[in-house]
Amino acid sequence: MSVNLVGTALATSAGLSGMAAAAALCSPVRVRVPMVGVLSALLGAAGLVAGGAALAGHGFSVRMPDLLPLAGISLQVDALSGVFLAVTGAVIIAASVYGIGYAAGPARGRLAQALWPLFAFSLLLVPAAASVSTLLVAWELMAIGSVLLVVSGDPADGRVREAGVWYAVMTHLGLVTILIGLVWLSAAAHTETFAGLRLAAAGVSPAVRGGVFVLLLLGFGSKAGMAPLHAWLPRAHPEAPSPVSALMSAAMVNLGVYGLIRFGLDLLGGGSRWWWLATLVLGALSAVYGIVQAAVANDLKRLLAYSTVENLGLILVGVGAAGVFEDSGHPLLAAAALTAALLHTATHAGFKTLLFLTAGSVLHATGTRDLDELGGLRARMPVTTALFALGALGAAALPGGAGFPSEWLLLQSLIHGLAVPGIVVVVVLPVAVGAIALSAGLAVATFVKALGTGFLAKPRSAAAEHAHEVSGTMRAGMGVVAAACVALAVVPGATAPALMRATAAALRGPGTSLALGATRQLTALGSTLSPLLVVALTLGAVLLLRAGLTLVSGRKRRRAPVPLWDCGAPPLTARMEYTATSFAEPLQRVFDDVLAPESDIDVTPHAESAYLVERIAYSRAVPDRVEHRLYNPVLHTVRRAGRAARALADGSVHRYLGYGFGSVVLLLIVLAAAQ
Amino acid sequence: MLSLLRKIAATGRVAEPAPPPPEPAPPDLAGRVKALRGSAQVRCVDAGSCNGCEIEIGQAFGPVYDAERYGARIVASPRHADVLLVTGPVTRNMAEPLRRTYAATAEPRVVIAVGDCAIDCGEFAGGYGVEGAVGDVVPVDLSVPGCPPAPDQIVAALRRVTGR
Amino acid sequence: MIAALLVSLIQVLIVLLGAPLLVGAMRQLRAVMEGRVGGGVLQPWRDLLKLLRKAPQRPEGTGAAFRLAPLLGVACCAVAAAAIPLISTRTGLDAAADLIAVVALLTLSTAALALAGLDTATAFGGMGASREMTITALAEPAILTAVFALAAKVGSTNLPAIVATTLGHGARLASPATLLAAVALGVVVLAETGRLPVDNPATHLELTMVHEAVVLEYSGPDLALIELGAAMRLTVLLGLWSSLFAPWGVATSAGPTRLLLALAVFAGKTLALGALIAAAEVFMAKLRLFRVPELLAGSFLLAVLAVTASFFLA
Repeated sequence: MSVNLVGTALATSAGLSGMAAAAALCSPVRVRVPMVGVLSALLGAAGLVAGGAALAGHGFSVRMPDLLPLAGISLQVDALSGVFLAVTGAVIIAASVYGIGYAAGPARGRLAQALWPLFAFSLLLVPAAASVSTLLVAWELMAIGSVLLVVSGDPADGRVREAGVWYAVMTHLGLVTILIGLVWLSAAAHTETFAGLRLAAAGVSPAVRGGVFVLLLLGFGSKAGMAPLHAWLPRAHPEAPSPVSALMSAAMVNLGVYGLIRFGLDLLGGGSRWWWLATLVLGALSAVYGIVQAAVANDLKRLLAYSTVENLGLILVGVGAAGVFEDSGHPLLAAAALTAALLHTATHAGFKTLLFLTAGSVLHATGTRDLDELGGLRARMPVTTALFALGALGAAALPGGAGFPSEWLLLQSLIHGLAVPGIVVVVVLPVAVGAIALSAGLAVATFVKALGTGFLAKPRSAAAEHAHEVSGTMRAGMGVVAAACVALAVVPGATAPALMRATAAALRGPGTSLALGATRQLTALGSTLSPLLVVALTLGAVLLLRAGLTLVSGRKRRRAPVPLWDCGAPPLTARMEYTATSFAEPLQRVFDDVLAPESDIDVTPHAESAYLVERIAYSRAVPDRVEHRLYNPVLHTVRRAGRAARALADGSVHRYLGYGFGSVVLLLIVLAAAQ
Repeated sequence: MLSLLRKIAATGRVAEPAPPPPEPAPPDLAGRVKALRGSAQVRCVDAGSCNGCEIEIGQAFGPVYDAERYGARIVASPRHADVLLVTGPVTRNMAEPLRRTYAATAEPRVVIAVGDCAIDCGEFAGGYGVEGAVGDVVPVDLSVPGCPPAPDQIVAALRRVTGR
Repeated sequence: MIAALLVSLIQVLIVLLGAPLLVGAMRQLRAVMEGRVGGGVLQPWRDLLKLLRKAPQRPEGTGAAFRLAPLLGVACCAVAAAAIPLISTRTGLDAAADLIAVVALLTLSTAALALAGLDTATAFGGMGASREMTITALAEPAILTAVFALAAKVGSTNLPAIVATTLGHGARLASPATLLAAVALGVVVLAETGRLPVDNPATHLELTMVHEAVVLEYSGPDLALIELGAAMRLTVLLGLWSSLFAPWGVATSAGPTRLLLALAVFAGKTLALGALIAAAEVFMAKLRLFRVPELLAGSFLLAVLAVTASFFLA
């Protein structure tokens, strides 16, 4: 009997997570951090192996009825789970190695260190769950682990605490909607295992299935940062310690997408077209809203968090398109769209991990995340700058970047969408393409801003002036993920067989064989693209030009250093540079109606004359408008209701007994009426 | 739009026929003229002029004298320039900017002093705000005398640089 | 295969050598319309050859981004020129001849130049970079939606496939969808090449500059590459436009005479388009920067209309 590779790897990761947590609790601080880092990296490697094996076609299924009371634990891994296991595993490896050098202050504490491997393992457990109860347990473990890790960075900081509260509340509201949805579904289908649901779902009435899907879309969507339920994301991700941000932004949010694919496409079997049109529209909305906010963000990590909203929006567009195509009987198109979504999940995980880790290095070296205060890191942190540039190339979806092939594939599937009949599709698809295009264009501007004002030019503060390159383990962590990014960017076709298997698992059908050909190029639906060829040609042309230039201008001539052209009036100071705020100002004006920025100009005149200006202060804040308009009124109402309800509880025991009596009577009346 | 089109058709060419080429550049400039290959990007520096010379330079690049036909073109940055057209006596405030402009211009470069003030401070010689002639601040290769010089003289000087 | 690669090489060479001539011809036409004599068609080449021989400079504090951008600008345009079916649909680089990839390559060169502008740490560099990226970001949706309209009909974003299909069905060019897409892409081409009314390539006034402000710090050979890159970009985009909307003359078969003819037709089409732009610029003033988004949004709307038309009037 052969040993099941997936099962062995998952068991290993479980063991490693326990070992790492124990090591964190028992060992002295000097050994603790490296030990937890190494063990967690191994845990991630085990997850990567499990995912890889699942993608290679090894299935795995186990039931442990005694492990938890009532339902037990049941696990099953197919190729779809494999994608998310592999991506999560890879992110864990990089973030864990990086975390060894990064951890400082409270993050080195016993609890924070013990939570890390447990959180990492819970991320592997979610895609492996094979029953509703197991999924919910894993989901809650993941939620608690991440909430605690977010506040572990600096629990004394008010902003961290506020982010923690927002996140804790929203993630649990999400859990509640998922819980209601899944319990409703299980009750209607009389089973809670995935295998059973898959068979029974067709017998459940469409109204119930629709209701369940809406609840799941809200719950899983909020985890995936879908607007307008994204509000927690740009708060929690920036405040968490950077390896935690990376793990959350590159691995955890994906699991929301996993939930939608697993339940919507796989277990509920596709459902109605309006489910997926809603997903598509909300995805497109998230993409545009996320990147518009990112374009005007000054906080480097907040910018990255909004970029996560954008990219998850693009993934949701792919998932939604897959559902629409599946519903209208175009399995090949559906497979292409879902493959694009899964590929983008992987590429986004790659470049977002890299970006969050490099942003963490910047924070580590300078103590600030404010792009306006940075600049000039190129000379002081060359490795970090180069790696951030690589990640930015990926996020901007330009050739040579990891995001390019996956966005290309997504557009390919949408371009063929007009084959689907229906007036709604004709309106929605072009607008979705426009939204993707707008987000791609704004992503270029956003990451040119992040790289150009944050890393190039001259330092704008003493902190940036005295920055230094980060330690070896941090560079190693960033290097690992950078290599993965390059591989995904130039030979994305190598993932094709695995992704096709995952797509087939999700869409449950034969006939989904997509000609996502050889490793050298992507071939989809009549179009071919070889990112390798594009990159190789461009690099070749650059080298050829350089050689030609040396030939023309003569080898001996060196570049003479000259002062910058200051229009004849020195000195040029860093205060004259364009900052991130000034760079984004035109875009902010263009999207004035969407962003509703709050700017304030404070003019202080001289004491002698009101016409002589002594000082002008300009400040600008771009609050999240969805938060302002949607959440604040709700919070306000809840607070008012709470205050009003205080009158009910005046501390009198008699009164409380009266309430109890009244409720029982009411209940009895309701029951009697129901009989 | 149509009326403009009719006007263009009716006006035809307003540029004056090209005068015979001026004598070639002096020997110390000949090497640089050869390196410039019939192309001269021009940056104007007003080092303290009364703006009379600027008006004439504007005319030199206008349609009638059309210095562009000989390969000269005005650019916005000394980094792009080969030729500095300097006017006026160099004032104390403009001496350093002029030096910096000269330094910012990549080799090979040519400096043309335009107008009497640029050559010997003219009317303003000895003024309290005057640092000196252009030649006292940066090395001058060609001079265009006149107060102000006529546009065709400025064009002639530029032609000696472009060699066309 | 060798013959196809040779076609690509010819396309790169013709764009490389012809682009400055196109710019020269456009300046010359403008000069004539303004009653001047003009510097001649060869003047941009004279400028380039001179700049290449000038002393290379390294402005203090600039880094790799500043040095790489000029090279990348020319390289991206060269790859695009090799991939787009300018004179033949058999270019040998089929796997790179994708409409989206070509657009992305041109955006890459814009982004590289914007980074170079920021890298100089001067106010003008940053200002130009900011404006350039704003325009690019807003031009992108119009481009891709117009691409969508064209590709949806052919079922592919592969450029040779689109051109070959159009050549086979000439009547399609007269459809409302194609005409709308042509106008939308035309506006974007003006924006992406920095022509009036979006940007004034001949301005000397820093505060109105977009592209020119980014490159204020470049000199000598670097500037030569920047100017060559800008000229090639114009040529490539005009070539792309004409291949998409006026593909007559593009060879679909090999054969030296056929290629020579295609070469002549390509030169003629590009010059005609260039002349049209140059002549139109005589009548136009630059738009205020904050009116440009309205222009681009209008172009986006036309592209969406094109998609809708391609469905309803199919």
